[in-house]
Amino acid sequence: MHTELPLFPTQASAMSTQVDALYFYLVAVSAFFSLLIAVLVIVFAIRYRRRSHDEVPESIHGSLTLELLWTIIPFLITLTFFAWGARIYFRMNRPPNDAMQIYVVGKQWMWKIQHLDGVREINELHVPVGQSVRLTMTSEDVIHSFFIPAFRMKRDVVPGRYSTAWFRATKPGDFHIFCSQYCGTKHSGMIGTVHVMEPPAFEAWLSGGSGSESLASSGAKLFVQHACNTCHRSDSLARGPNLEGLFGKPVRLQNGQTVVADEQYIRESILMPQAKLVEGFQPIMPTFQGLISEEGLLELVAYIKSLSPPPGAAPASAPNTIGPAVKTSSPEREAPK
Amino acid sequence: MAAAEYIEPVASPPRENYLNVKYGVKSWLLTRDHKRIALLYLASITFFFFLGGLFALLIRLELLTPAGDLVQAETYNKLFTMHGLVMIFFFLIPSIPAVLGNFLIPMMIGAKDLAFPRLNLLSWYIYVVGALFTLWAVVHGGVDTGWTFYTPYSTASSNGHVIATAVGVFITGFSSILTGLNFIVTIHTMRAPGLTWFRLPLFVWSHYATSLIMVLGTPVLAVTIFMVAVERIFRLGIFDPALGGDPILFQHLFWFYSHPAVYIMILPAMGVISEIVSTFSRKSIFGYKFVAFASVAIAVLGFLVWGHHMFVSGQSVYAGLIFSVLSFFVAIPSAVKVFNWTATMYRGSISWRTPMLYAFGFIGLFTIGGLTGLFLATLGVDVHVHDTYFIIAHFHYIMVGGAIMGYLGGMHYWWPKISGKLYPEGLAKFAALVIFVGFNLTFFPQFILGYMGMPRRYHAYPPEFQVLNVMSTAGASILGIGYILPMAYFIWSMRYGRNAPANPWGATGLEWQTPSPPPTENFIVPPVVDRDPYIYSPEVETIG
Amino acid sequence: MADARGAGVVHAADGPRELQHHFDSMAQQKDASSLGMWLFLVTEILFFGGLFTAYTIYRWMYSAGFADASRHMDVRLGTINTAVLICSSLTMAMAVHSAARGRRRPLMGFLAATMVLGAAFLGIKAREYAEHIENHLFPGAGFHYAGPHGRPAELFFSLYFAMTGLHALHMIVGFGLLTVLLVQARKGRYGTGWSTPVEMTGLYWHFVDIVWIFLFPLLYLIGRHAH
Repeated sequence: MHTELPLFPTQASAMSTQVDALYFYLVAVSAFFSLLIAVLVIVFAIRYRRRSHDEVPESIHGSLTLELLWTIIPFLITLTFFAWGARIYFRMNRPPNDAMQIYVVGKQWMWKIQHLDGVREINELHVPVGQSVRLTMTSEDVIHSFFIPAFRMKRDVVPGRYSTAWFRATKPGDFHIFCSQYCGTKHSGMIGTVHVMEPPAFEAWLSGGSGSESLASSGAKLFVQHACNTCHRSDSLARGPNLEGLFGKPVRLQNGQTVVADEQYIRESILMPQAKLVEGFQPIMPTFQGLISEEGLLELVAYIKSLSPPPGAAPASAPNTIGPAVKTSSPEREAPK
Repeated sequence: MAAAEYIEPVASPPRENYLNVKYGVKSWLLTRDHKRIALLYLASITFFFFLGGLFALLIRLELLTPAGDLVQAETYNKLFTMHGLVMIFFFLIPSIPAVLGNFLIPMMIGAKDLAFPRLNLLSWYIYVVGALFTLWAVVHGGVDTGWTFYTPYSTASSNGHVIATAVGVFITGFSSILTGLNFIVTIHTMRAPGLTWFRLPLFVWSHYATSLIMVLGTPVLAVTIFMVAVERIFRLGIFDPALGGDPILFQHLFWFYSHPAVYIMILPAMGVISEIVSTFSRKSIFGYKFVAFASVAIAVLGFLVWGHHMFVSGQSVYAGLIFSVLSFFVAIPSAVKVFNWTATMYRGSISWRTPMLYAFGFIGLFTIGGLTGLFLATLGVDVHVHDTYFIIAHFHYIMVGGAIMGYLGGMHYWWPKISGKLYPEGLAKFAALVIFVGFNLTFFPQFILGYMGMPRRYHAYPPEFQVLNVMSTAGASILGIGYILPMAYFIWSMRYGRNAPANPWGATGLEWQTPSPPPTENFIVPPVVDRDPYIYSPEVETIG
Repeated sequence: MADARGAGVVHAADGPRELQHHFDSMAQQKDASSLGMWLFLVTEILFFGGLFTAYTIYRWMYSAGFADASRHMDVRLGTINTAVLICSSLTMAMAVHSAARGRRRPLMGFLAATMVLGAAFLGIKAREYAEHIENHLFPGAGFHYAGPHGRPAELFFSLYFAMTGLHALHMIVGFGLLTVLLVQARKGRYGTGWSTPVEMTGLYWHFVDIVWIFLFPLLYLIGRHAH
């Protein structure tokens, strides 16, 4: 039997100290009120113990002052929980702009992880210490949940949509990844390890990845393979919207609405092209549901993202030719940013 | 309308009561007497309590070691699913309302029966039919979706008997709807002359609030489960993203019922505790109206907080904020109740009989359960503890430490009325102590495990969690013994116990003003009420 | 309703034969019945409410697909059925009225008329179902839908069959209740002093009609306004 008895999880991310501070505040308040009630119950029970069978204590019907006090004071205390908790929650939901992108696909019962430069891992995640990491996640089958206790990070991974989470590891070491949403027989086997490494060690590990090509270039290949380029092009023959510079921009739809072309929108437009039709185009695109895997979709997303270089950055992404980029037969491998 | 058999005058032989008025299986299975129906429920839910307990025992044994070595992963998943389903739908939801509520509400309001006696019997039969479907599923290999039936796992992936179980839960839901409907109508239309709303015992108030939830929430669960079953049978895509559906919609619909369902389980226990604390302190409940309205407030607010089960599911941040703040609102009336119970004891005349021991336990454990609920309403902390053992510990503090303590306290308190016999006091106090110790040893370590990050529904776990799991399993075995004791001495007391007087505790409710056990028509002379509840007079306790 | 028992406490054995033993007066018994029925209808609203919620969300997600699928509905039959149901509500109301006045023959006539209209509704609905199934519009393995809106259309038809199917089930239950009423009315059980079952069935029947009044535009007419 294992006899070590750890009572508190490691703090290994920037968020963990913030969550723990709030947790300790909650523990302190809870301990205070639990003890208060327990002590009062015990003291009353002993002090006012029934001494004769016919005693009838004086009746006290209540006190409005007390009722108001023990309604308002707890209420104000809970508002502090709310405000503090909400602040942290906002931070959890706002990945920093400089975050490194990693893609995660959950399936029964494993985690498939893709780095931008094409390195793939299963049930393991290597990240550099001190660098914010943004995870874009989806599932191939049922709902999973990506949970790293040491980072106080958890997010459901839902089929049919992308969910995002982020963390910044602050401590090198190996920590658990759990699936925390019940997903079937080997739910408890859907675990992994996150390896937090010093940046040089991480670079070394990354470049040791066996000559795989970047996600964006795999996406570019898929783009040609599925003949997307016959319609989505920048010249006059285009029958579909031009995808250059599209990512992150607002798109005007046929029904007059405007949506932002994010990862979710691109995914949906591949699988359900008619759902949000761009203004000025015919509903001629067939669905690719069932034809492209979740990982393939992520590659296409990465490719389309690469057609819109982040503002200020050099237009370095994916296929070097801008234009009907799909002609590029062998895109070069790029360094991770 | 052939009610002739009931019209026999009951007053003539003084010893005739609802138990001995007729004998034979038929007189029970076709009874329309709410007291006999309550006993039918008592027998059925006791069976399910021990069945659910058996599943729990196997779960705890598996978790004694980190490796999944006692049962297969698939079996383990079925065990926790069946444990949850049986305990929630077939024990906790019917427990206090269908047994104690059924038995006591007509007596507490001075009525001869519930408004719809045949519907009441029908409710029990519906419960039994639902239970049989579920038992069929258990016997034929079980189901492994978790009691939450999350889609698309339940509709597209699981290979257990999802449909049979869903049908069972669906059917049982109607039993709960009809019970709630019956209670509401009874409380509205059948109160004794002079029994105004603010003269009602708090037990009745809490059951009124519970019934509102049963009537308003259960149909939504029913239709949700219906959609799951239909989707699975016809391979539709209502909740399956692969077919265009939205799995999160299921979670919204499911928790719209299932969060209020938590209050179906705890509110009746709060009603029991109000009665016990008043009787054994011999004092009127401190802040009666606040306690009464707190029940209704919990029932209403309970419908507005379901989204706090979905803080990590991807709902919008702003929805998260709203559900978080509303969840704090619903905590306030619960806190008000705890403070009022405690204040009721101040300068009371406090008797340490078994029901009061359970009330002490309830107040302490419910306080811890409620306060840890605040952790889950706090957005930033919930993200970490969601779906871990922290949740398991929290809701077992509410459901076992709260609801079951309340149920057992109530069973001891009203046992003399129900059976006409006294239970053995010394043994009962010992059992209450065993249950309290066993409970805390079982579930307190799970708070720590949860914050450490151990996810729920894990068949095998990393070794560093073992020591706490061993403590939990040890506690569970103590708890198991604690639960067998009351069943044993209750049964023993039916034959060998001392006869109970009409009002053994010197309590004030109308139910204590009729013989123990009561006659079929409840009262020999229909009562008329002319004063507030909980006014104690210097009568002595009738048992020494 | 607070003190429905009132002062005149009558022993059950002395009351009218419809008075059940545990009530003190007919007024109290009737209060209980109507409150019970209204509560039951509230549960029914919530039951259908879950389906309406699902419908609303998917209609919002796939508005074009739902409009497209809705064009496969036979608006003519839907309109006829709506008219049939409204008429049946009228005859039901007349039946309740006749019962309260103690008019046995008109009561039987109106009950029978309501049943005929209910049966007509179910017959027309069955014909529509048959057509849909013939056109491979029943969701599941055999579903086939031309055009780009296959998946949303399948969702539409899933909800269509679930909602109208449950509604039809309620109609069938109502038909059963009417049958019982007709038999009892023939025996002369309902009169000026006692017509609660007719009234309660009336409430139920109107409720089922109202559900249809919501279903009809949501399922049949959404594709129309665009063209």
